[in-house]
Amino acid sequence: MKKLLLGDEAIAQGALDAGLSGVYAYPGTPSTEITEYIQNYCKNTGENIHNRWCTNEKTAMEAALGMSFAGKRALVCMKHVGLNVAADPFINSSITGVNGGIVVLVADDPSMHSSQDEQDSRFYGKFALIPVLEPSSQQEAYNMMGYAYGLSEELKLPVLMRTVTRLAHSRAVVEMGEKQAQNALNPVNGTKDWVLLPAIARRRYAGLIEKQDILMSKSTNSPFNRCELYKGRFQMGAIACGNTYNYLNECYPDGIDFPVLKLSQYPIPAETVERIASQCDNLLVIEDGQPFVEEQIKGILSNNKNCNITGRLSGALPRTGELNPDIVKAALNMKPLPHLEKAETVVNRPPALCQGCGHRSVYEAINIVVKEFPGAKVFGDIGCYTLGALPPYQALDSTVDMGASITMAKGAADAGLFPAIAIIGDSTFTHSGMTGLLDAVNANSPITVIISDNLTTGMTGGQDSQGTGKFEAICQGIGVDPEHLKVVVPLPQNMEEITNILRTEIAYKGLSVIIPRRECIQTLKRKAKSKK
Amino acid sequence: MKTDIILAGVGGQGILSIATIIGQAALEEGLYIKQAEVHGMSQRGGDVQSNLRISDTEIASDLIPQGGADIIIAMEPMEALRYKEFLAKDGWIITSSNPFVNIPNYPQEENIIKELKQISNLILIDTDTVGKENNLSRSVNMILLGAASKALKSISFEKLCDSVKTIFGRKGDDIVAMNIKALELGRNCK
Repeated sequence: MKKLLLGDEAIAQGALDAGLSGVYAYPGTPSTEITEYIQNYCKNTGENIHNRWCTNEKTAMEAALGMSFAGKRALVCMKHVGLNVAADPFINSSITGVNGGIVVLVADDPSMHSSQDEQDSRFYGKFALIPVLEPSSQQEAYNMMGYAYGLSEELKLPVLMRTVTRLAHSRAVVEMGEKQAQNALNPVNGTKDWVLLPAIARRRYAGLIEKQDILMSKSTNSPFNRCELYKGRFQMGAIACGNTYNYLNECYPDGIDFPVLKLSQYPIPAETVERIASQCDNLLVIEDGQPFVEEQIKGILSNNKNCNITGRLSGALPRTGELNPDIVKAALNMKPLPHLEKAETVVNRPPALCQGCGHRSVYEAINIVVKEFPGAKVFGDIGCYTLGALPPYQALDSTVDMGASITMAKGAADAGLFPAIAIIGDSTFTHSGMTGLLDAVNANSPITVIISDNLTTGMTGGQDSQGTGKFEAICQGIGVDPEHLKVVVPLPQNMEEITNILRTEIAYKGLSVIIPRRECIQTLKRKAKSKK
Repeated sequence: MKTDIILAGVGGQGILSIATIIGQAALEEGLYIKQAEVHGMSQRGGDVQSNLRISDTEIASDLIPQGGADIIIAMEPMEALRYKEFLAKDGWIITSSNPFVNIPNYPQEENIIKELKQISNLILIDTDTVGKENNLSRSVNMILLGAASKALKSISFEKLCDSVKTIFGRKGDDIVAMNIKALELGRNCK
C-alpha cells in the first residue's frame, strides 16, 4: 500500500509495522507528529500499544528501557535538546544493553526553526558507542525502522535514529510493507547484567567496547550506506550524510559523474572512506548539523596526503544553519539557476502570541507591576510564552532550557538580586520545574514563580499536559505556603486583581507561586469545531 | 514533467489545505510528490511556506532551488514577494492583493503592489471583495488554487475538483459545492 506521509509519519508507520509495543515521548518540534500518528492509529484500531505522553524525555527513555527489559519493542521520540534531558538513562542503556529492541528517535533542528541550539545528536550516538541511522528520505525512514529493531535485538544495543526538521516535516509517497506481530512478554531472567554496580558495569562496558568491531562491519555492509565508485582518478568526490544526499542529487539532474558515498549508518565505515578517498583529489563532506563526519575523517585519512577534505569545518560550506540545494551548489562551484533579486519591500514577520491568548494578559500585568520595582528581572522558560520576549511585551530577561526560569531566579536571588520573577508554562513546570521549586521552597527563596497554565502543551500544537488539574496540590505537596499560592484568571477585565496579587507577592520576601489559568484558545477552538 | 510550487502565507491562513488538495490529486495521478511544510513556532502568526514538488520522475530535494519555482501561490501579497528569488524565469505568481497586517512595520501597500507588478506572469486577486461578493470568504485559498490551475500543467482541473470532493467529502455536500465554486471562480479570474 502507498501513502503520502510526513517523514515523522513514515517513522511512526515503520515502527508500527515492526511490531512496536510502546511509544514514549515528550512533545518537541520537529518530533511531535511521530507520537501523534501512533496515538491516532491506536484510537482507530484499538490496538494495545502504549502511546500516552510522558512527563519528560528522561521518564520516556526509562520507561522504554523497562519495556525492553520485559522483552518488547519500544520507541522513544524527542527533539534534539530532549536528549540532553534523557542523557543519563540513554548513555547507560548502552551498558545494560537491551532485551526487546529500542529505537531512540531524535529530531535535530538545524537553523533552529523552533529551538535554542542546533546540537548534532550523532555525537550522542558516538558517545554511547551505539549504531546511529540517518535516513535520506521518507521511504528510507520507513524501511529503516524494521531494520533498526532487528539490529537492536541482534546487537543487544539501543539504536539511535537521527532525523532533521526538513525530513521530519516533509511529505512523500511511501510504500509500506507487511506488519509484524509484537514480541511476547519475555523479561530478562537469571542475569545481573542490568544491575549497574561498578563491578558489573565495568564488565558490561568492556563488552560494549568489544562489540565496536561488529558495529563497524554492520556500517560497512549496511544496505543504507552506498558507495558509488568508478575507475580512474577524480578531481572531485563527495560524502553526503542523510538528507543532504538529496541536495547533492538536485545539483546533477543528469546524474553524478564522480565518486559519492551516501552515508546513512554510523560508526563511519572507515574502509569505505579510505577507498573513496584513494580515488579523489578533493572530498567534500556534506552534512546537516555540526562537522561530525568531517572531523573524524581527518583522523581516518591522516596518512592520505593526496586527498584534500572540505566541508563545514574548512569553510567550503557554512558552519551554521540548515543546508539546501543552493548552498551545496555553491560549494561545488556551480552557478545557481537564473533568478530574480531578493524583494525590496519585504520585512520580517516574527511569530506572536495569538489574539485572545491568556499569556497576553499575564505579560501585560507583569509589565505594569515590574515598572514599580526598579531592578526587577524576569526569567523565562520554553513554550509559547517565550514569545513574551518579543514586542510588544519584551518582558523576559532570559530563556535557556526547560525549567531554568525557577532555578535561575533562585540563583539570582541567592546572589542578592531582588525581585527575581520566574514565568513557566504548565507543561514545562511538570517537565523540569518541580525539582527547582523544591530547591526554592527549602531555601524560602524570595522569588515569585508564575505558572501560566493554559491546560495544554501549546507550542507543539496542543498535546495533553501531564499536570492538568494537579498544580495547587503539587505546589502544596512540595511545600509552598498556601497563603502565598494564588490562582487568577488571565483576562483583560481581571487586570486590577491580577496586578494587585502580583504586586503583593513580588514585595513578599519569601517564595510565592501565582497560577494564572485559562485554556489555550487554539485547543478551545479545536474542541468547539469537533463538537459541531 | 515537473512542477515546483511555493505556497506562502501567514500562520493560520490555510496554505496547507491548498497543498493537501494538490497532493491528493498528484497521488491519484501516480506522480512523485515532495512537500516540505513549516510546523512549530512560526505557525503562531509568523510567515509560513510550503515547498510542493510534483513530477513524473523521481524528485531529489525536498526544497526548491532559487530560480526553480514554476508557481508561487500566496494568501498575502508581501508573503508572495518573500520568495521572489525562488521564482523561475517564466514562473507565475498568483496572490491575494489583501495585506495581512500583524506587525508594526508593515511596508506601504502600494510599494508591495508596485514590486509585484514587475513580475510578468502575475495574477493579483482582491480576494476580500471576490470572496464577499460570491459568499466564498471561507474558500479564499480555493479561489487562488483555481487561478493557479492553468499554470499547474501536471494536473488537470478535473483532478483538482475530484481531490476537493475526496478531501472535503466528509464535511458534507454543501462544503464540497462551495469549494468547487471557488475553484471555478478562481480559474476564470484574469
